[in-house]
Amino acid sequence: MTMTSTSPLAASGLSAATLRRIEALAIPVGALIASALVFSVFLLALGKSPLEFYGLIWTGGFGSSFSVQNTLQRAAPLILTGLAFAIPARIGLTLIGAEGALVLGGFSAAAVAIPLVTGGVTAVIGLPLMAVAAMLTGAVWIGLVGWLRHYRGVNETIASLLMSYIAIATMNFFVEGPLRDPASANKPSTMPIGELYRVGPIPGTTVHWGLAAGLVLAVVLHILMTRTTFGFAARMTGGNVRAAQAQGLPVGMLVVGCCAIAGACAGLAGFFEVAAVHGQANASLVAGYGFTGILVAFLARQNALAIVPVAILFGALAASGGLIQRRMEMPDATILVLQGIIFVVLLTSETLYGRIAFLQPRRSGDRT
Amino acid sequence: MNALSPTTLRAPSLQTEGMTKIFGPLVALDDVSIDIKAGSFHALLGENGAGKSTLVKCIMGFYHADKGKLRLDGAEVAVASPRDARAHGIGMVYQQFTLVPCLTAAENLVISRADAPAVIDWKREMPKLQAFMERMPFRVPLDRRVASLSAGEKQKLEILKLLYLEQRFLILDEPTSVLTPGEADEVLGLLGDMARRGDVTVLMISHKFREVKAFCDSFTVLRRGQLTGSGDAQIATVAEMSAMMIGDTPIRERSARSARHEDRTVLELNALYADDAEGRPAIHAVDLKVKAGEIVGIAGVSGNGQSALVEVLSGQRPLKDGRLFINGKPFEPTRKDFDRFKVFGLPEEPLKNAAVPRMSVAENIAFRSYDKPPISSLGWWLSPGPLRRKGEDLIDRYKVKTASPDSPIESLSGGNVQRAILARELSGEVDVLIVANPCFGLDFASVAEIRTQIMEQRNRGAAVLLVSEDLDEVLELSDRVAVMSGGSITYVAPIGETDRNTIGKHMAGH
Repeated sequence: MTMTSTSPLAASGLSAATLRRIEALAIPVGALIASALVFSVFLLALGKSPLEFYGLIWTGGFGSSFSVQNTLQRAAPLILTGLAFAIPARIGLTLIGAEGALVLGGFSAAAVAIPLVTGGVTAVIGLPLMAVAAMLTGAVWIGLVGWLRHYRGVNETIASLLMSYIAIATMNFFVEGPLRDPASANKPSTMPIGELYRVGPIPGTTVHWGLAAGLVLAVVLHILMTRTTFGFAARMTGGNVRAAQAQGLPVGMLVVGCCAIAGACAGLAGFFEVAAVHGQANASLVAGYGFTGILVAFLARQNALAIVPVAILFGALAASGGLIQRRMEMPDATILVLQGIIFVVLLTSETLYGRIAFLQPRRSGDRT
Repeated sequence: MNALSPTTLRAPSLQTEGMTKIFGPLVALDDVSIDIKAGSFHALLGENGAGKSTLVKCIMGFYHADKGKLRLDGAEVAVASPRDARAHGIGMVYQQFTLVPCLTAAENLVISRADAPAVIDWKREMPKLQAFMERMPFRVPLDRRVASLSAGEKQKLEILKLLYLEQRFLILDEPTSVLTPGEADEVLGLLGDMARRGDVTVLMISHKFREVKAFCDSFTVLRRGQLTGSGDAQIATVAEMSAMMIGDTPIRERSARSARHEDRTVLELNALYADDAEGRPAIHAVDLKVKAGEIVGIAGVSGNGQSALVEVLSGQRPLKDGRLFINGKPFEPTRKDFDRFKVFGLPEEPLKNAAVPRMSVAENIAFRSYDKPPISSLGWWLSPGPLRRKGEDLIDRYKVKTASPDSPIESLSGGNVQRAILARELSGEVDVLIVANPCFGLDFASVAEIRTQIMEQRNRGAAVLLVSEDLDEVLELSDRVAVMSGGSITYVAPIGETDRNTIGKHMAGH
């Protein structure tokens, strides 16, 4: 038996689809506000001013053109790792291994660069090769998780998490061993790719091209999931795998395909970290972007387009971390506490869908 | 004297007075007064959505009635929660089993008690349980794990659990849907005996007139939330009861079976083997041929491999060995072959097997056509416009009641979900149709309509394989009947050369 009640919004003539959109926006925004309130209590308990804190986030994230660019710079990998969580989520998989794909992708780019740079190949050819290597590595890595899931019944969440540690260990092995640049004394790294191979900023800004790549991919993947037969089949599989099988869909290929797309996104993020930020592969690649991406995708409700603004919000949080540390004398981990609170509140808010009476469409003579 | 219990517990009478329950714009229960005498076996009849469940949930305390009183043995009682119902001795057996499969019968009984101890002293409990079983008219082995019990034994254990908890007003929600005809008759017969002895009062929700006529002594009928009749189940005729249930709802004429003129085998199953999810053999050596314009009905008790067979045919379960042919050509359950051979399906529980609950009605209707023009172009581009138009058209033609084509299909009632699936699967040209329990849990009017559609496909020349746990359905629709037992087909006969008893014997494995 389904509860029915006269809903003022439904009565006002809004369609079911519109109501669903309002709900999909209202609940995450409400969760963000609730998280801010909970975190304020945390700050008050520490004797700090919440107003000052949120003011500093605004200043540090968006206050000046420098801080906006800083924010966007940090948002770029988050868009890509957010997509790496969101696309498999549409086919029903909870993959939390983007960190590993990012690290391995970045490492592959740096490793491919070594013969290219020493061989004197021009960057116009070399950079695309590096990007392709990074995306392929990521695609195979996460594709493997999908394969294990579909053909061997291995839980994809556990597999992707554990494989992240293998990925990081693999990179460390090569960076500290066979591929170590002898010049990197304090911080073992691969050979620098050199200035010629560096991906520069988008003209007129200090933000690297990874942001543009993220924006383009978000739009492309949004279209892929909503306006193509592949996306439709993936949503069928994600929504009910038995129905997808009964329609004769190649479920295994769809699962591996979505995972490979996710891995390619994370691998591309790794490419930009190497080619635009660090200039070489080393432990700095393990920066947690893969895990923050999970949070970004969750808040964006797995919607590829919504990932962009959410990634910018989290970019701002990260960008303002230094400022908060200096001005409020709070440790760096404060931002992590805030992120943790957002995640918990967000998971709790998942239970609210379909329960807020005035956001429910009127049902049609339903009885059990 | 009362053999059931040494205490003074005996069957209570129960009345509702003007019970009313309103959900927003919907009056689910409208001023319903029923009277169930102590020690009676009372049937509650009605179509899906008639308000039977709502009434029972109000009695059980799951819902709070907006108006109305509940009387137990003449005294008004307030039931605010299922816990209160239990305290008053009102218990319910649900359609789905509520036993813990990995525990034994004895363990299930003891943990169901409100005062179940944290540490169970089995030396003390076992003799008590055995003594309890001794007093019961039917028994279940106490030391066996529930998972290893048959459906009939589980159902008996559900009833025993209520008696063990000293509940004397039993509500049964379609208790025989999971039983063989033999098991059903046994359980209902025993309950009837207990009621006549005054040990219990039984209120049974049922769709099956045969059971009501054979076992119940009184009945009440609901339609659209209102009481439309009640009386003595032995005096009222089936025609009278069904008139009260259906009222003046027009039912589509069941289409007649046209004479067959083809003798061409379309679907051929050749020595099929498949395992269940745990790797145990589910079906073995299944051979069957279905001709054009023929319905082959597979009867059988739930859990004898029928669902595995349907899953194999619809691509939900891998085939271990054996081959499938359509028109003599090898067939694999992939999208390409479904389209090439025009294979369609109506699975059981459509929301679980044939629909994506959160996708819209229009999208669900497009599952067969989303990758073909006009919805798709270039082989990969999907146009929402034609998808929605096709959805609207079929929603209209098949009379699917939905607020909008964009509503998620999970917001529809069971009958409307099935109608949406019918629209998707039967609106084109069909050569092979695979049907599994298509009417499970649907109301009278929907059942008639769905059976008519299946018969129409047959008359048009489709080869129809019908798997059903409802023997009446198999008998009504089939040209040939096959019985599945223990994973194999054990009996095949043309409908004219067999009868209910013969089929029943083969179903039971004799």
